[in-house]
Amino acid sequence: MNDRAVPLLELRDASKSYGAVRALRHGNISLRPGEVRALVGENGAGKSTLVKVLGGVIRPDDGDILVDGQEKIFHSPVDARNVGVAVIYQEPTLFPDLSVAENVVMGRHPLGALRRIDRGAMQSEVERLLDRLGVGLSAERPVRGLSIADQQIVEIAKALSFDARILIMDEPTAALSGPEVERLFGVVRTLRDHGAAVLFISHRLDEVFAICDTVTVMRDGAVVHDAPIDELTPDEMVKRMVGRDLSALFPKQEAQIGPPVLAVERLTREGVFFDVSFEVRAGEIVALAGLVGAGRSEVARAIFGIDRSDAGHVEVSGQRIPVGRPLAAMRAGIAFVPEDRRLQGLVMDLSIARNATLTRMRALTRLGLIRAGAENRLAREWAERLNLRFHRLEDPVAFLSGGNQQKVVLAKWLATEPKLLILDEPTRGIDVGTKSEVHRLMSELAGSGVAVLMISSELPEVLGMADRVLVMHEGRVTQELNRDDANEERVIRAATGVQAA
Amino acid sequence: MSADAAVPGEGARAGRLTERVLRIRELGIVAALALLIAVTAILEPRFIEADSLRNLALNASILAILAVGQTLVIITRNVDLSTGSVLGLSAFLAGDLLSEHPGLALPVVFLLGIALGAACGLLNGILVTWGRVPALVVTLGTLYAFRGLAFLWTDGRQVNAETLPDSFLNIGSESIAGVPILVLIAVVIVVVVGQWLRDYRPGRELYAIGSNPEGARLAGVRSGRLVLVAFVLAGALSGLGGVLFTARFGTVDATAGVGYELTVIAAAVVGGVAIFGGIGTVYGAALGALLLGTITSSLIVLRIEAFWQQAAIGALLLIAIALDRLLAVRVEARLRRRSARRAS
Repeated sequence: MNDRAVPLLELRDASKSYGAVRALRHGNISLRPGEVRALVGENGAGKSTLVKVLGGVIRPDDGDILVDGQEKIFHSPVDARNVGVAVIYQEPTLFPDLSVAENVVMGRHPLGALRRIDRGAMQSEVERLLDRLGVGLSAERPVRGLSIADQQIVEIAKALSFDARILIMDEPTAALSGPEVERLFGVVRTLRDHGAAVLFISHRLDEVFAICDTVTVMRDGAVVHDAPIDELTPDEMVKRMVGRDLSALFPKQEAQIGPPVLAVERLTREGVFFDVSFEVRAGEIVALAGLVGAGRSEVARAIFGIDRSDAGHVEVSGQRIPVGRPLAAMRAGIAFVPEDRRLQGLVMDLSIARNATLTRMRALTRLGLIRAGAENRLAREWAERLNLRFHRLEDPVAFLSGGNQQKVVLAKWLATEPKLLILDEPTRGIDVGTKSEVHRLMSELAGSGVAVLMISSELPEVLGMADRVLVMHEGRVTQELNRDDANEERVIRAATGVQAA
Repeated sequence: MSADAAVPGEGARAGRLTERVLRIRELGIVAALALLIAVTAILEPRFIEADSLRNLALNASILAILAVGQTLVIITRNVDLSTGSVLGLSAFLAGDLLSEHPGLALPVVFLLGIALGAACGLLNGILVTWGRVPALVVTLGTLYAFRGLAFLWTDGRQVNAETLPDSFLNIGSESIAGVPILVLIAVVIVVVVGQWLRDYRPGRELYAIGSNPEGARLAGVRSGRLVLVAFVLAGALSGLGGVLFTARFGTVDATAGVGYELTVIAAAVVGGVAIFGGIGTVYGAALGALLLGTITSSLIVLRIEAFWQQAAIGALLLIAIALDRLLAVRVEARLRRRSARRAS
């Protein structure tokens, strides 16, 4: 690496806001030829926003992008690609119906006579790339059905195919196994030796130290540290990533822990999660921690019966509940607040009252008609209990802020008087004030004897709220920590698959 | 990786697996077609006389041309419901022009019919791509609008075969080297568009758009322009279909092609074109058109009531969709298990 070389790509003082949320501020980063730079930070620290700016997917509100020292504006991902920037996103952007080869060359098919696609050339070019990556993927098979790891390989082959000078990888190793990671690192080193710059985003600190030369640490949307990697120890790096006081935020009450409410026995869904067993007791808040893609939401969905599990079973209060039937799960006393409230939790065009009482529709019906009076009474009662801020109960729920929408989802489920409440990312995209209201509510519910299973990617929330933390890594529960034993480092280590020091 | 040696075989097998499924799909239509013709022929031997088979091919030709256009649109995860109305407009245009000016050169009539169709397609495409209105809504609107236009324009008139020049009507009935001209035109269109979709960049990019719109954007595919092109081509083919409709039937009024859109979409779906885009070929769609046309003819030959005709098409559609879903689920499960085995 050459410190004095002109950066291939540089971002100066970029910022980006979505409404009132500042996703990125003081976005400064530079990538020099032959450099492998790590970008680390907690979930929601602004890494993905920064990557999207570099990839031309979003335009910053402010700040400059420089390519080879020249100011450039990326109007689209194509502009970024044309100057040699390749981005591999967390979620692969492939075409499931087309072959691996076509996915690699889409938009840039090699042409023969009369601009006809030269299939032979396409096939051999892609096979050469796949060989170079050391994978036995067939270029002619369709992408549908490929594992995430293999899809990632296809994305990398795509980047290689247009000789990218700047390769940005957003958590490329999250779904890869050991040998696959080694293979990827081999490719990254080769690229570096050929003078490319690589930006590597990862939660696995051991990998960051193994492959990177420099590191950029982000926190709360801003870059807080930028230096050669050997100036920091892993512990110092974690401290810079977290860097805030947790204790004040979370109003966790002591609750009486009762008998087990939920028992999950060796639950397995092929290719997604394996052999997951745990219990949640009455009055207890259990957090499922882990990286995005570790299989946490999938476990929750299987417990509630949205996805079918292939093996194992789920018991509520000692009663086995049938596989793949959400209605049976509801009847058994499970309530499920999903991750994406706009898509899965609410009917956006229906009124607040209707949304809040959807689960109680049957009880509110007489002769097949919903009694508007009873519906409004029930909705108003919950609106008051949850401190919901609204104009009229008849307004569509889409008018509410994110935090208040989440309260409506909670009201809907609390009205069923559940024994077990499953919350998937309950405070994602919610402002700080409402966030602590949701936390207070969780605490109260646990206090009244409800068992709570919470999935969260926010470490402070996990540590602040949970009586017990289960950490998942690559589809398995790899660690169980009691409240007193749980700390940031332990959870991060278990979630990233690093063995405890 | 410990399973390295086994891996290349796995990939090639998976490639072959899906290819085989596609082939099974198209062979299935051919088999159904053969069975249908055989059964009808046993009950009514005249069904397989040369004249009757000729009629069969003639009837399917126009449908196949429209199905080709429809396939282009459906592949991009859109739909064109205005096909039948566009056909009606251009059919009347051709008939009206030729009965008023019998001396008009035929290529001019064809070009005008195609241009009218293309203009209708352009309107659809602009509303869908620039207006960002779902194609279902846009083309449902233009389905009525274009038909209304046809009624206004014809004003209750009808074009009759007697007023049309023989040279024009011959296109609908004559043969070259034993093959009806209409069938030749349809085959040429199917092959040209089929190869374009298979072997040319814009064709492949249409599949990409339907398979993953966001991914297509990130890959630098100019989606808007290509979807527009697909609608214009579909319109142009409907326009051509309209001129051929007049040449074949001679009699045209404002109701020409009413209800065609549903038959055309049914033909494409029966032929294996996925309604959610990204999958399907014009060859399959053309085979689907041939099958639907044959069902209609054979039921007429067997003097079965028209009601059963519709029920048969409906049943066929349901079977085709169920079959597609079943195959997709099984293939996906197999691919998933294979990948899982490889990873472990």
